[in-house]
Amino acid sequence: MILFKKSPWILAGLLVILILAVFVASLNTGVIRLSPMNTFNALLGKGSSENELILFDFRMPRMVLSMCVGAGLAIAGAIFQSITRNDLAEPGLIGINAGAGVAVVLFIFLTGGVLEEVSGLSVFMLPLLAFLGAILTAGLIYLFAWKNGVTPLRLILVGVAMQAILSAVLIVLQLSMEDRDFNKALVWLMGSIYSANWGYVWSVLPWLLILIPFAIYKSRYLNILHVGDAAAMGLGINVERERKKLLIVAAALTGASVSAGGGIAFAGLVAPHVARRLVGPKHERFLPISALIGALLLLFADMIARTILMPSELPVGIVVSCIGAPYFLYLLMKSK
Amino acid sequence: MAMLSKRKPFWATMSFFALVTAMAASICLGAADISLSTVKDSLFAFNTADTNHQIIREVRIPRAIAGALIGAYLAMAGTIMQGMTRNPLGDPSIMGITSGAAFGIAIAFVWLQEATSLQLMMVSFIGAAFGASLVFGVGALSIGGLTPVKLALAGATISSLLISLSTAISIHFNVAKQIDFWFAGSVNGVQWMEVVLLLLIGGPVFILGLLISKSLTVLSLGEEVSKGLGQRTKFVKIVCVFIILVLSGISVSVAGVLAFIGLIVPHITRSLIGIDYRWLILFSGLFGAILVVLADIAARMIQPPFETPLGAITTLIGGPFFLYLARREGGKIL
Repeated sequence: MILFKKSPWILAGLLVILILAVFVASLNTGVIRLSPMNTFNALLGKGSSENELILFDFRMPRMVLSMCVGAGLAIAGAIFQSITRNDLAEPGLIGINAGAGVAVVLFIFLTGGVLEEVSGLSVFMLPLLAFLGAILTAGLIYLFAWKNGVTPLRLILVGVAMQAILSAVLIVLQLSMEDRDFNKALVWLMGSIYSANWGYVWSVLPWLLILIPFAIYKSRYLNILHVGDAAAMGLGINVERERKKLLIVAAALTGASVSAGGGIAFAGLVAPHVARRLVGPKHERFLPISALIGALLLLFADMIARTILMPSELPVGIVVSCIGAPYFLYLLMKSK
Repeated sequence: MAMLSKRKPFWATMSFFALVTAMAASICLGAADISLSTVKDSLFAFNTADTNHQIIREVRIPRAIAGALIGAYLAMAGTIMQGMTRNPLGDPSIMGITSGAAFGIAIAFVWLQEATSLQLMMVSFIGAAFGASLVFGVGALSIGGLTPVKLALAGATISSLLISLSTAISIHFNVAKQIDFWFAGSVNGVQWMEVVLLLLIGGPVFILGLLISKSLTVLSLGEEVSKGLGQRTKFVKIVCVFIILVLSGISVSVAGVLAFIGLIVPHITRSLIGIDYRWLILFSGLFGAILVVLADIAARMIQPPFETPLGAITTLIGGPFFLYLARREGGKIL
């Protein structure tokens, strides 16, 4: 049943190879085609300046960013699912992404900035704001869903309602923007790694490098929380405190990812599920695998998004939704 | 409890007057405020040279009527849906019906560019049926059957999927702006032609709804009860589904997605009127009409000269209500 239960390292190796393969393939695809030879030369620093520009300033940051976003969303989704003991807790569906989005759009709106010209300090502000939006939304959802405890389905249903409200708020905000910004915001909110540059990568990477290892370090608690509150208390864990800590970690990861990639739904659902199927429910193993699968998923989805309707580009969130939504429905059908 | 359950004809008349007042306000208020006497003149002493008269006749009046009709239709569709499925979260926008209709329109925009209003309504109806069948298909295939919460979640997922697909289509064919308009929802720029179609198609269906309302009351008590009383349950259900799809389909084809009208109005109406669907459908229609006309006025007033999308306003009104229901219903299921 669980294919790689005994050998997570082999699976990790396989995934890394797959990521590399997609990475190379993705480097070579796009509106402007580069031959593998040109790509290779450019990578070695011997290509033409035009090729280098395309590779290093347009494609590379975008691909690196999509991997970061994928890994971040995957871990965030895994944590949400474990601490709520709910397989369907998808940050995008329950409004966490929208909360982060509202914070970012509000910031851009209030400072009168233009989305694509967010630069300098603001780039580093964005993940922080998105984090605040995400954590606030998560808190509100928890609050509204709380009625002598939180049942999994009520939590999601409340989240769906929250998502609807926040989306409406977003529409109202967007409308107060200039036409040009309006379109940008729209594409961004649908989930896009459209205007990626190294600035975004540097603003997101530190969050991931700190939070993902921290989450993996907390695996033991996640394992126990996943089993149930009673068991966790029996084992002497301060359940509410650990849950709050982990909730903050998950919201921070979501915030960082959304600030860079926009509202990408269902990535946080698919990756952890597939990972759990492959290596079993122990978080030590399945968190790193989820991160890898998330990175692979987004990298692949971004390649599809760039190429499927060339020369126009799809927001990557749409591609991920088309993969993830059917999977969610499948899980929904199976749940009792 | 049901405050208005006595003297229903009186309250119906009062609601009708409230609706007329709201529509009059809707005609007078806007980018250019127009006095009531000018409105009267434009109706009875029309002067082609007067721009105000033109605005009233060609812009404001069709808009007010369309808002009222669509509000009534959506609220009725929601009422019938909640009665038929006995699902308190029943609403065309939650159940994937409106986004299915909008998906149909997105397709029509690309491959049927010359479509007339009537054709758009047809496409929208087919799309509505498509969205609904997806959601109910998922519900029917799932272990444990069609619980309200599952239907709502399946609806939300399928809506987001259909919206994603529509966006993909719209981006590729460069019609994103037009399609956004449909997803944001608005009765801005409604033509007389569309109002006439809304009346011609929706009117008979509305009467059909009133005719079936007695059976619906019985059905809302549960399928066993309904069968025990000798009702042809299947037939009633098919008629109900047809009514829901037509009413939501034509509404979306004119005004786009106006979420939560079909959720909030039936609940309020039921708490005021009681559970007799003969009156419930009528009152829902009236209250839905009033709500949308008022929301449309708000859409124009919030950020002049911009128009806030009507769909955003109905969501801001209905969303918190959904939150409240989610909190209540989620507890019952588990």
